[in-house]
Amino acid sequence: MDNFKKAIRPKEEDFEDFSCHLTQLKTYRIHQYNGFFFERNDNEVLLDKNIIICSIRSAMENHKSIFNSTKNLQPLSSDEDGLFIYIPRNTTLDTPLQILNVIKTFEPLKIEAKTLIIVGENSHLKLIYCDDTVNDNLSKTESKISVVLEKDSSLEYYKMENINNLSSIFTDSNFVLDTNCELKTFWLSINGGDIKNKLSVALDGQYARADLNGLYMVDRDQVVDNQVSVSHNQPNCHSNQLYKGILDDSAKAQFKGHIYVSQNAPYTEAIQNNRNILLTDKAVVNTQPFLEIYNDDVKCAHGATIGQLDQGAMFYMRSRGISERSAKMLLMFAFCTEILSKASIEELVDTLQDIIKRRLHGELSSCENCVLLCSTPCGTSDVDFI
Amino acid sequence: MSLLEIKNLHASINGKEILKGVDLTINKGEVHAIMGPNGNGKSTLASIIAGRDTFDVTQGEILYEGKNLFELSVEQRAAEGIFLGFQYPVEIPGVSIANFMKTAINEQRKYKGLDPMPSMEFMKLMEKQKKIVDLDTKLASRSVNEGFSGGEKKKNEIFQMAMLHPRLSILDETDSGLDIDALRVVASGVNALRSPEVSTILITHYQRLLDYIVPDFVHVLFEGKIVRTGPRELALELEEKGYEWLR
Ligand SMILES: Nc1ncnc2c1ncn2[C@@H]1O[C@H](COP(=O)(O)OP(=O)(O)O)[C@@H](O)[C@H]1O
Ligand SMILES: [Mg+2]
Repeated sequence: MDNFKKAIRPKEEDFEDFSCHLTQLKTYRIHQYNGFFFERNDNEVLLDKNIIICSIRSAMENHKSIFNSTKNLQPLSSDEDGLFIYIPRNTTLDTPLQILNVIKTFEPLKIEAKTLIIVGENSHLKLIYCDDTVNDNLSKTESKISVVLEKDSSLEYYKMENINNLSSIFTDSNFVLDTNCELKTFWLSINGGDIKNKLSVALDGQYARADLNGLYMVDRDQVVDNQVSVSHNQPNCHSNQLYKGILDDSAKAQFKGHIYVSQNAPYTEAIQNNRNILLTDKAVVNTQPFLEIYNDDVKCAHGATIGQLDQGAMFYMRSRGISERSAKMLLMFAFCTEILSKASIEELVDTLQDIIKRRLHGELSSCENCVLLCSTPCGTSDVDFI
Repeated sequence: MSLLEIKNLHASINGKEILKGVDLTINKGEVHAIMGPNGNGKSTLASIIAGRDTFDVTQGEILYEGKNLFELSVEQRAAEGIFLGFQYPVEIPGVSIANFMKTAINEQRKYKGLDPMPSMEFMKLMEKQKKIVDLDTKLASRSVNEGFSGGEKKKNEIFQMAMLHPRLSILDETDSGLDIDALRVVASGVNALRSPEVSTILITHYQRLLDYIVPDFVHVLFEGKIVRTGPRELALELEEKGYEWLR
């Protein structure tokens, strides 16, 4: 059934300046259309700071020195291109960068997107990467991203997946952290027919820290699969995985969490948690921790839970006059938003909470395609909870 | 008409009979103490009144203001004025007390056909009722009961009672585990809310609570039945003699 057409580069004039659900949020926006990047070097702040945002091919030609001096770059095949972002050393961007990949098609479409990001020594970046379908047609997106964090740098990375029920998205993400780097990820699978996220983090320098948070909300026949892998290759690194999911109807989820601790990595601390709430008997979760530890001086912990909403808490809330439906909402909302507790962009957290709330109200499908394009709340919720 | 009438109530869990014919009538404005040794069905009785469905009622009835209580859902009972102070208050991580109370008040108001309480009014009410039980001022943003000490949890129950001003409060061992100061605070909270319109059931082990909240009646629930009813002095007698002589 592979009658997918491969996406071709849209004409510049077809490109629309899509609005987005994060409109209230000030970001430096980088547009992609069906995985193709549109170069617009017009932002003075970014130019001033010598931040490079261009195609990978042009970076290979025009910024050879960066390419040659950065380890861990995978070569491009001859017909590939993608988005290149380079943050020079000692640069702090207070406003987040946002990559907005808009997926729009009228026939089954296969999309490939590739992104390469280098955060220079002692630089600090916040990045929001959204994949959104804007109509109801079938698409298949394969998205690869490689991120290199040089010494003493940090990245706070938000990935938002909100695609229609027919569409699939497979992401393959690799992060390499040098000494004393800090990575925080917030992976939000908000909607999609078939979502698979492969996330690999290599802690290649001492004192590197990775805090990996994920949330998946699936219903109907949706499928979501998260494969998270952290390699502790140097001493004194910390990693934390917290993935949470709510499954309704006959949705399926899989979580595979891999922690690898090399022989060279004493004083490692690695934690992994996967928590799931099943709202029906038909929903299925498969959770598999996989710990590979070759060093004795290690603190490792992992846990997984699959359960229903806490009945004791439900009764307690209802005994105060809260309806069963609202009590469920409050519990689910609290469960989901825990993963945002370490997110630092306050306005973004507010918006994400709103999206989560709407998703829980089952309003996504009633909003034509997605919540993301409707700027006015389409809520039917009768209770206004915070 | 009595506020609450329990007639020949039998209840069991997993086929084991816990309540074996309870009769109890509560009128408006009265304070009743229910005492009795552990495991004799006091919390079961309280939970059934509040609407917990883990117990099977096999016989008997409960009338609340003359109406069949079993026809009301848990939340409808709350909106009709029934409040249960839990023996073991539940922790709800991630749900702030402010949010919890606001939702509760507004859903109760909705049931009564009223508009939501304006935010300012709600904030003022929180401030006022917190003082009754001397609760931490940062309370509003904390998650419900999460990380609370035993005493704070019990105070939080009384605080919620004050926020919701019920007509029938059932306080299930609200005094257990409290030191004398906390006990005084809880008791003065209950007394502050006492009125001819409000009835209270105090479930307790210790007669010391009754030094602070003086009941109109004391009942002994023993092996699933109320075996003795008397005035406040009955509590003193129980403290002296224990329960075995009732057998
Ligand atoms: N959820 C339950 N499952 C099984 N047995 C229970 C449950 N709750 C209470 N019981 C039993 O019911 C009896 C009465 O308990 P309870 O009402 O809590 O007593 P009290 O409050 O008087 O100490 C006890 O024997 C207790 O073990
Ligand atoms: Mg009890």
